[in-house]
Amino acid sequence: MPLDASFVGRTYPPTAAYEVGREKIRELADAIGALDPVHRDRDAAWAMGHPDVVAPSTFPVIISLDASQRVVIPDLGVDFARVVHGEQRFRYTRPVYAGDRLRCVCVVEDITSRGGHDFLTIRTELATEDGTPVVTAWSKLVIRGED
Amino acid sequence: MRVGDQLPARTFRVTRADLVRYAGASGDFNPIHWSDRIARSVGLPGVIAHGMYTMALAGQAVAEWAGDPAAVVDYGVRFTRPVPVPDDDTGTEVVVSGAVRKLTEEGYAQVDLTVACHGEKVLGQARALVRVPRQDPVRKGEG
Repeated sequence: MPLDASFVGRTYPPTAAYEVGREKIRELADAIGALDPVHRDRDAAWAMGHPDVVAPSTFPVIISLDASQRVVIPDLGVDFARVVHGEQRFRYTRPVYAGDRLRCVCVVEDITSRGGHDFLTIRTELATEDGTPVVTAWSKLVIRGED
Repeated sequence: MRVGDQLPARTFRVTRADLVRYAGASGDFNPIHWSDRIARSVGLPGVIAHGMYTMALAGQAVAEWAGDPAAVVDYGVRFTRPVPVPDDDTGTEVVVSGAVRKLTEEGYAQVDLTVACHGEKVLGQARALVRVPRQDPVRKGEG
């Protein structure tokens, strides 16, 4: 049964704030081989004009996909085991820094069905607790049909 | 920075250990990235890399080339083909190359990336928008 396209436009309440930790940034930077000291040394980040260490560009997916998985996927009744990542994009207003407390607002931006599979695009607006926008993440998820 | 400028090609070696580490760091514990049994049960040849891991490696190539990770203001990819990672000491290789395709009015360079494994593209429409350093002003119509 194809995913109900009437979900398009549905917007979810902001998630609880995720606090970006310096050691989490370092851990991800290590995992992807990002050796630039701005990811791990606050003095180096300051020297480049940043308030704290800078997260690698794909870091927000940790927060945005978790939010989608908790608020959007269950609401749409999607079996997460059938979900494959189709596309991903990040658009930054400013970098993500250690110490940021970010909330996600998830929006179902698009639903299409083709060849027995559903394609679900979720837009996630990540903003600080006072509402300052930081980064927008788009995830296009492919929900594989039941053979 | 000019249209046509090339990113130096980067080769990233990817082993099972890298996937385990990425799983822990990212919180993505989908078993298709660590269990051959489960990967094969859903029709894959075996364990594959996280798409986000491949995206992160390509993003890393861009950040190093730009000289400033914070210069990447927009970055998107399409995951078109899986990256199988064999259970041995050598793993596989992901090769990232790219070129500046456009310089925008706002002072950004659009970098189009080619990301391949065994000569086949694994990411589609991989594109980053990078802030051009002030000391290196945009020179339109060159290159």
